Amino acid sequence: MSTPHTAAEILEREFLVVRAKLLETAAAFDRLDRAEGSVANDPRRQELRQALDVLAADAPNRAEKLQLLFSLPYEPNWRKQLNVATNK
Amino acid sequence: MYYIDPHIHMVSRTTDDYESLAKMGCVAVSEPAFWAGFDRGSADGFRDYFRQLTEFEQRRSGWYGISHFTWLCINAKEAENVRLSREVIAMIPEFLDKPGVLGIGEIGLNKNTKNEAIIFLEHVDLAVRTGEQILIHTPHLEDKYPGTRMILDMLTDDSRLDRGRVLVDHVEEHTIRHVLEDGFWAGMTLYPVSKCTPERAVDMVEMYGPERLLVNSAGDWGPSKPSAVPDFILELRKRGHSESLIRRVVYENPLTFFSQSRGFNFTPPDAVVATEFPPSSFAR
Ligand SMILES: [Zn+2]
Repeated sequence: MSTPHTAAEILEREFLVVRAKLLETAAAFDRLDRAEGSVANDPRRQELRQALDVLAADAPNRAEKLQLLFSLPYEPNWRKQLNVATNK
Repeated sequence: MYYIDPHIHMVSRTTDDYESLAKMGCVAVSEPAFWAGFDRGSADGFRDYFRQLTEFEQRRSGWYGISHFTWLCINAKEAENVRLSREVIAMIPEFLDKPGVLGIGEIGLNKNTKNEAIIFLEHVDLAVRTGEQILIHTPHLEDKYPGTRMILDMLTDDSRLDRGRVLVDHVEEHTIRHVLEDGFWAGMTLYPVSKCTPERAVDMVEMYGPERLLVNSAGDWGPSKPSAVPDFILELRKRGHSESLIRRVVYENPLTFFSQSRGFNFTPPDAVVATEFPPSSFAR
């Protein structure tokens, strides 16, 4: 399934919305810079920096990539680690 | 357009919200048992909650012609207390034959702990033994991805389970594919802040198609909007999607999924003939 609208139509409809969201993001980074102290070593600050790289890259599925960036990893051996049996 | 909200916590909402839902075209809601914002102290606290879900909410929704269905469990947050959880699980069968009960839910994980996983598996076992459908809560924020994968790992490991009778809720961009590819139903939950928006939910419909996909408002005691599903409908329309696609996701899909529960007894509003109006459920 795809979207009924063309890229040009979507840009026409969404330009002001995306522009506003980018300005919000820019202003939030400015706010962090203006404030006393530094969060440069806070891992969340670094995640936000990496998120900008994901947005800037010309690659699909940016939303999914951001979600994974902000997620804890999945450990396939979790059952052994937590000692949880199965229902079988 | 008629629609069904398949995951909404009406015990947290006012009667005015029922009226608004009815005015927006909502004809049925399904309400999973959840965490009420504080830990309950005893199994009797849950017994009263289950009575509220199976008796009072049906009456209140009926005042506005909305059918009310429900799911029973002890939620993942309170499942950290294993002894209390087992008392509640032992009590659930008392309520399974009440009208409107669709199955066991919303069970799942919250912080992805050992106790949560143990109680999750015991709920799944109860559902399998009693032939009930299952509605699943997946964790939020950074815990969602590993928690959803752990849940899918436990579910796919149980060969007794019919995957077409399990709904995995609160999917987002990084979990939806796993849920659908494993053969489960997926629910997108729309929140005004911090989680999935109507716009992103429509993106997921466009990327994955409408098959086995549901959308809900959560409508709980936190920031949430009972109008979330109508917001989603409006976004689909703004993007030029067909009415048949919209109807499939917000009405036909929940009907198809719920129809697999023996507690699902529902007369579509367009099947009510004029002489039956107003339906007796409107009576106080
Ligand atoms: Zn819920």
